[in-house]
Amino acid sequence: MTPAERCILAIGALAWAIASTLLVALAAEIPLNERKSGYEFMGPETRAMQDDDSANPGSLWVFDGEASWKRKVGTANKSCADCHAGESMKGVAARYPAFNAARGRPVNLDQQINICRTERQQATPLPLEGKELLALSSYVGRQSRGMPIAVTIDERTRPFLEAGRATFYRRQGQLNFACAQCHDDNWKEKLAGAPITQAHPTGYPLYRLEWQNVGSLQRRLRNCISGMRVDNYPLGAPELVDLELFLMWRARSMPLETPAVRP
Amino acid sequence: MARTLINVPPKAKKGEVIAIKTLISHEMETGYRHDNVGKAIPRDIISLFVCTYNGLEVFRAELFPAIAANPFISFYTVATASGTFEFKWTGDNGFSATESVNITVE
Repeated sequence: MTPAERCILAIGALAWAIASTLLVALAAEIPLNERKSGYEFMGPETRAMQDDDSANPGSLWVFDGEASWKRKVGTANKSCADCHAGESMKGVAARYPAFNAARGRPVNLDQQINICRTERQQATPLPLEGKELLALSSYVGRQSRGMPIAVTIDERTRPFLEAGRATFYRRQGQLNFACAQCHDDNWKEKLAGAPITQAHPTGYPLYRLEWQNVGSLQRRLRNCISGMRVDNYPLGAPELVDLELFLMWRARSMPLETPAVRP
Repeated sequence: MARTLINVPPKAKKGEVIAIKTLISHEMETGYRHDNVGKAIPRDIISLFVCTYNGLEVFRAELFPAIAANPFISFYTVATASGTFEFKWTGDNGFSATESVNITVE
């Protein structure tokens, strides 16, 4: 190796070291008092649509969900309401994903609904991202509107929280991107003209105008992940539930807006 | 039947201008899309919305493929007398939905 080559290598290594130090310095969590819901990044028209129940298309899913809640299904011939009367789901959506002892890991609200369906109602599980499951989780979520997000972090859920955190900060895919590079470091910027936002899952399931449909947080995560050109996780994958848990913890104490509207 | 959500003030003063909001669940499939094997997805839209007030037509809208799914239609009318608003949406594949809401005018 000639001295010139050695010099170039040294400069390269130094530049790399500086760059990585800077990236580490940049990748800082958003201070709690600077957190903003996606709502605050929206225009006045979209906010008005979310705020007015009679203009919020998510309401259609809430009413469908209420009808499903009262319908008797399965070989047990039981409805959800037979066990959970009235507005007994108040606050529940704000606590999910929650630890499920039988499975030894956290499950999200959609998975919990299907667990109830198969185990208590003895009915077939509803397809993930299907209309009826989204309607049920919208109905359950609506009852927690305005309540602070409060997932339980204890010795049982902490490993999954940490797994979710690792996914959020891990550079991955063909673009070598981490979620945090956009949503922690560049949330004030725009991507293709649209605000990047801080990625707080405050309103799921929500009506996304781009989808012209209600969708779950997992659908949204899979959107972002395919945009990062990462080999995607299937719906219901434990990696996605861990990421959901981390994001809900990251949005702790922020009010739930279900069913939200987003562009 | 498709789920609808209608907002009409239950009470109004005679001569008052009132806002009416309607929302209906519908795919509004444009007819311009193709499925994952390239087959055209046939058009399936609501093409007409009509509102009558005590039998008199007060609002009508034609809808086209560029209208988004779950159409939200809002309009104004003058409260003239107590009675009924009737709403009717019709469209492709024999789609038809009707709703009625009462109003008290003092």
